[in-house]
Amino acid sequence: MFSFIAYKKLLDKCVLAVFFTAGFITIFITVGIVYVLLSDAIRFFQEVPIERFLTEKEWTPVFATKKFGIWPLITGTFLIAAIAVLVSVPLGLVIAIYLSEYASVRVKEIAKPIIEFLEAVPTVVYGYFTLLFVTPILQKIVPGLEAFNSLAPGIVLGFMILPYTASMAEDAMKGVPQRIREASYALGATRLRTAITIVLPAAISGVVAGFILGASRAIGETMVVAIAAGMYPNLTLDPREPIQTMTGYIVQVALGDLPYGSIEYLSIFAVGFALFIIAFIFNSIALWLRSRIREAY
Amino acid sequence: MVMVGTIINNIKSLFLKTTNKSTETVKLNTKNDVKKEGDIKLEVKDLNFYYGDFRALKNINLKIPTRKITALIGPSGCGKTTLLRCFNRMHDLYPGSRYEGSIIFYPDGINILAPNIDLLNLRRKVGMVFQRPNPFPKSIFENVAYGLRVNGIRDKKLIQEKVEWALKSAALWDEVKDRLNANAYSLSGGQQQRLCIARAIAIEPDIVLFDEPTSALDPISTAKIEELIITLKEKLTIIIVTHNMQQAARVSDYTGFMYLGELIEFDKTQKIFTVPSQKLTEDYITGRFG
Repeated sequence: MFSFIAYKKLLDKCVLAVFFTAGFITIFITVGIVYVLLSDAIRFFQEVPIERFLTEKEWTPVFATKKFGIWPLITGTFLIAAIAVLVSVPLGLVIAIYLSEYASVRVKEIAKPIIEFLEAVPTVVYGYFTLLFVTPILQKIVPGLEAFNSLAPGIVLGFMILPYTASMAEDAMKGVPQRIREASYALGATRLRTAITIVLPAAISGVVAGFILGASRAIGETMVVAIAAGMYPNLTLDPREPIQTMTGYIVQVALGDLPYGSIEYLSIFAVGFALFIIAFIFNSIALWLRSRIREAY
Repeated sequence: MVMVGTIINNIKSLFLKTTNKSTETVKLNTKNDVKKEGDIKLEVKDLNFYYGDFRALKNINLKIPTRKITALIGPSGCGKTTLLRCFNRMHDLYPGSRYEGSIIFYPDGINILAPNIDLLNLRRKVGMVFQRPNPFPKSIFENVAYGLRVNGIRDKKLIQEKVEWALKSAALWDEVKDRLNANAYSLSGGQQQRLCIARAIAIEPDIVLFDEPTSALDPISTAKIEELIITLKEKLTIIIVTHNMQQAARVSDYTGFMYLGELIEFDKTQKIFTVPSQKLTEDYITGRFG
């Protein structure tokens, strides 16, 4: 009997050690990423003062006259993300309201995996789909649309992030207790009124959290923009012009054969670090909103 | 511009009506209720109700008297809540439910189980209070005002007056008048349930259905709700489903005893609890089963 208990205790300790290691590895990787990003970014900022990074209006690290103003990359990134959000939020809301309040169980069972499948398509497929299919169609509608632009990838990204905007919004609305809906129906309210004035406000923190995670995903997306948006750091808000995003720049430079330790090489860590901070802020807001969802009812 | 106007009207109608076939749907018009008071408010005739293939109610025949409290008692799963939810057609929210027979709403004499009944209009006439308090995650004021807005009332002053009247009628006004903008979930369970009652009566229905309204409450809150229900019968017809036989005996004028989807006995409460005519009723109220 005693040996059995001792054996159980030993097993307990082993299991604990396995779980602790698994947990520790994820933390170690995150810390490692931040360390690599930060250490090379610091080396970059030792050569290029941070004021130049934040105040110059051009980004030409691979030219003879090097300029290191991050803004063209930031505007490019946010322009695409903004287009994606403008497409995805209204569409996602309508889909979420339909799926959570109107659709039959059968429709839901079919539609939800299809929406979530959008996330599983390799992004390189989206990239060439945008460049070779969406852009040519849009060029017939939008005058002055260049072969590389931010409009087409923005729209495609809007669909790509539907798993966040539509699916997470639907999850949040589904989480609203049925008895609250019944209270609304029992007062003679229609489905639409119940959905918009009762269910959506009750689920709003989860819905908005989905939107922010979607936006965060759009900001971090690399392949689609690298393929279809161009490679031209351009301080513009015109969605018809070619631009470059932060991730697009990192891919472009990382694929070239730049000498290790050169200023061009280090610049991708500076850009990467800036991107990390932006994504971190977005995710933090989303998590904070999600934690608030339980306060509502 | 005309196009835009039509579109806006169509959107408005989505909020106000169930279908576009509003010309065909039958509405309950109970303005004459005030003058002409019949004895019977609802008459259930040969009602059968099915969840899919399961027959949950079997040949129910029942007359609900006007401005009295009718209690439905019986063991769990006997169909009393199912019957209650027929009166405001709540079952229609879920696929697979089917009614047979009729429930006549007086004085209109309309069968509310007819397929062309305007359900939104019916539910405004037949309010409901649920088993667990279910206020909206909104302010106390907005909870009561919601039903008024659903009914198309826009006048802010009128809404304020009606909210105050409803909260007073639900004996909640004195406790909440200084914090009408506080979230409804800041109230205690008993207060939340009285808020739900205020919400139900604010739109001045003819009938209010209570589905075990005190089963989640403590004895003191229960006593307050029971007192409130008794005062409400001056203006309303009340049907209450309860597990608690003492509650039925305390508050109701008439009692129906249900068992396995059938209405075994329906009579004056006093008679049911003293000299029931059915052996089954007697066994239940004396605690031999259930």
